[in-house]
Amino acid sequence: MKNIVKQIIENYGTDKNRLMDILIDIQEQFGYISREAIELMAHMLGLSQVDVEQTITFYHFFSLKPRGKYAIYLNDSVVAYMFGRQAIKEAFEKEAGVKFGQVTDDGLIGLFNTACIGMNDQEPAAIINNKVFTKLTPYRVREIIRHMREGKELDELSNESHGDGKNQHHLLKTMVWSNIRRKGMILSDDYTTGKVLNSVLPTMSPEAVIAEIKHSHIRGRGGAGFPTGFKWEFCRRAKGPKHYVICNADEGEPGTFKDRVILTEKPELVFEGMAIAGYAIGGDEGILYLRYEYRYMKEYLEDVLQKMRNQHLLGENIGGIEGFNFDIRIQFGAGAYVCGEESALLESLEGKRGEPRDKPPFPVEKGYLNLPTIINNVETFATAVRIIENGGEWFTQFGTEDSTGTKILSISGDCMFPGVYEVNWGFNVEDMLNMVGAYDVQAVQVGGPSGTLIGPDEFYRTLGYSDLSTGGSMIIFGKQRNLLKDVVLNFMEFFIDESCGSCSTCRNMPQVMRNKLVKILNGNGVKSDLAELKEWSKILIASRCGLGQTAGNPIVSSLKNFRHLYEVLLQKDVEFDQGFNLEASVQDSCKFVGRVPNFNHH
Amino acid sequence: MSKPVLATTSLAGCFGCHMSILDIDERILQLIELVEFNKSPVDDIKTFTKPVDIGIIEGGCCNSENVEVLRSFRKNCKILISLGECAIMGGLPAMRNGIPVEECLHEAYIGGPTVQLNKSHILPNDDELPMLLDKVYPCHEIVKIDYFLPGCPPSADLIWNALVALLTGDPMKLPYEVVKFD
Repeated sequence: MKNIVKQIIENYGTDKNRLMDILIDIQEQFGYISREAIELMAHMLGLSQVDVEQTITFYHFFSLKPRGKYAIYLNDSVVAYMFGRQAIKEAFEKEAGVKFGQVTDDGLIGLFNTACIGMNDQEPAAIINNKVFTKLTPYRVREIIRHMREGKELDELSNESHGDGKNQHHLLKTMVWSNIRRKGMILSDDYTTGKVLNSVLPTMSPEAVIAEIKHSHIRGRGGAGFPTGFKWEFCRRAKGPKHYVICNADEGEPGTFKDRVILTEKPELVFEGMAIAGYAIGGDEGILYLRYEYRYMKEYLEDVLQKMRNQHLLGENIGGIEGFNFDIRIQFGAGAYVCGEESALLESLEGKRGEPRDKPPFPVEKGYLNLPTIINNVETFATAVRIIENGGEWFTQFGTEDSTGTKILSISGDCMFPGVYEVNWGFNVEDMLNMVGAYDVQAVQVGGPSGTLIGPDEFYRTLGYSDLSTGGSMIIFGKQRNLLKDVVLNFMEFFIDESCGSCSTCRNMPQVMRNKLVKILNGNGVKSDLAELKEWSKILIASRCGLGQTAGNPIVSSLKNFRHLYEVLLQKDVEFDQGFNLEASVQDSCKFVGRVPNFNHH
Repeated sequence: MSKPVLATTSLAGCFGCHMSILDIDERILQLIELVEFNKSPVDDIKTFTKPVDIGIIEGGCCNSENVEVLRSFRKNCKILISLGECAIMGGLPAMRNGIPVEECLHEAYIGGPTVQLNKSHILPNDDELPMLLDKVYPCHEIVKIDYFLPGCPPSADLIWNALVALLTGDPMKLPYEVVKFD
């Protein structure tokens, strides 16, 4: 074991900044990370054992105990529940003979819950040893477990046909579907890889590239909407021996899966966009930070990079431009929503816990390894290629005045055609629902759990930075859904699980709010609870990052737009009820000491 | 006009907050001029004998008796004040929260390193004893609390200022020295 770990560490140049890669390889090799491995890593990398351990325990795909020969991670996002997750969970537990969170005695099968794996349009889905299994049924669960017991290998466990498009590529061969339902400038097939790098960039200075991006008014597609041109300009101006281009492919917002589709179908466009950014800011190294849930794309994407190197689209003197050198490597996360926050992502890239940094300084000045860095979303880089190809002016004809261009939406939930839709900004929700075949709609979650829950009287609203801002996640809920119990509660649990724990506001308040919601759902709610939920949620703004600041949104937003759902649950004429039940709270202790609870004689 | 009536109790606390009440020193003479004590350890009245204006609660609730006393305070007092960390947050006793109550009892009476004499592993189960709750609750999770006076213990001046404010209706004085806890 020791030799293998030593080899893995050396594969990454015995560089402590590559701790994530090292841990991933060890986890995959042994199914867990042992005490001996931790000691060896600490020793060789010049870290304390606690440094190594705190990184391990931060990410939920790392484990200090064996996770089983087959580690099954079943998605627990809200849409998975809507499409039968409960039955799948029960089937797994019955067939495997263990509960979720446990491993079978023979060490063959481990069952684990995991947050949204980016397959919302094909739920229920699970990841087994990095292989994605979609549209599970109880029958398939029984079959998969039986085959595991019969000693079949991972590849023999799937009998489904492969998905559409590039999912059939010999390095992917996955049952995942891209489900592209509407194309625009990014997803269209009218771009030839390398056109900008070979033909356009040689005629432009880096400053001219930035000027075009600024002229296009494109804003970041990850959700926050920072103007991309300014970000690039600030970074170009920042002094430092080296500048970095980082592509944020952490895509953790539940309900988002468009980056998976872009990286499956148009990876060359993303990588070309990163190279253009490298040219603009004066950087020669790019990193694609890819969420571990998409590990199945590793060989495929590395092959794409190699082909681009062979075509001189990456490497030295790209496009014949003297001194324009740029290359890209892929680095993986290991299961942490907060790493989609750019400064947490940087920490993760450096092998640490994904805790957001204090800002300023912003990454454009002090980013990866404290050097000037731009971090953009997958979709932003892809879009940048089309902007430089056609000009910033051309780009502004799409979308609206304050939200130019197109947006790729990930649409899932109660509709006939879930999948990926590239629309112009300014599209309204009503048109979107008709387009995806959604009828009898009760509500739409715009922008994922951190976004807004809207009802039919707001379906006239349009998608754009000035109205309904979204990173792309759209989840549709039909009339039959219990919004508070099935949706809002699920979202609150998600934020509680994913808080990095650094700020006390985000560490505690979502739990307090969740408990209050549960109290209301249990019939113990009183009128003052609603006012308190609203008031108390305000403290979350004191959190360091966007996750913490928006962690109360599921409740705040549903309270604003679906207040009647809360009000019908409240008790009439009761002013105070905290849900405390004396009889229930003494049960455990009385049972343990062997007495019958008695409330009469005191 | 009759004097306002005051009641106090210590639930799952250490009586430190009551000590702090006594720390108002000679002002206690002034206090008994201003108010009348009813159920309280100060005068040793065990049960409520009349309606009370202000009830002061020290400590949270760790057992069924605490809950009953607290509920009787809510029933008999117009205004309830949670006094000190334990009443407000559960305090030190709440350190057992998060550990199953069975484990706590086992540690205290059977398995703990200081358990020497309990050879036959007797657990306290007499019907006369209060029943232990699954965890320690702050008072406002059981009944409505009107005011909270923080501190471990709250300083005598804080208690004095709060009572004077309640009795006179004037705004409470909260100078820095009074709310500085360490």
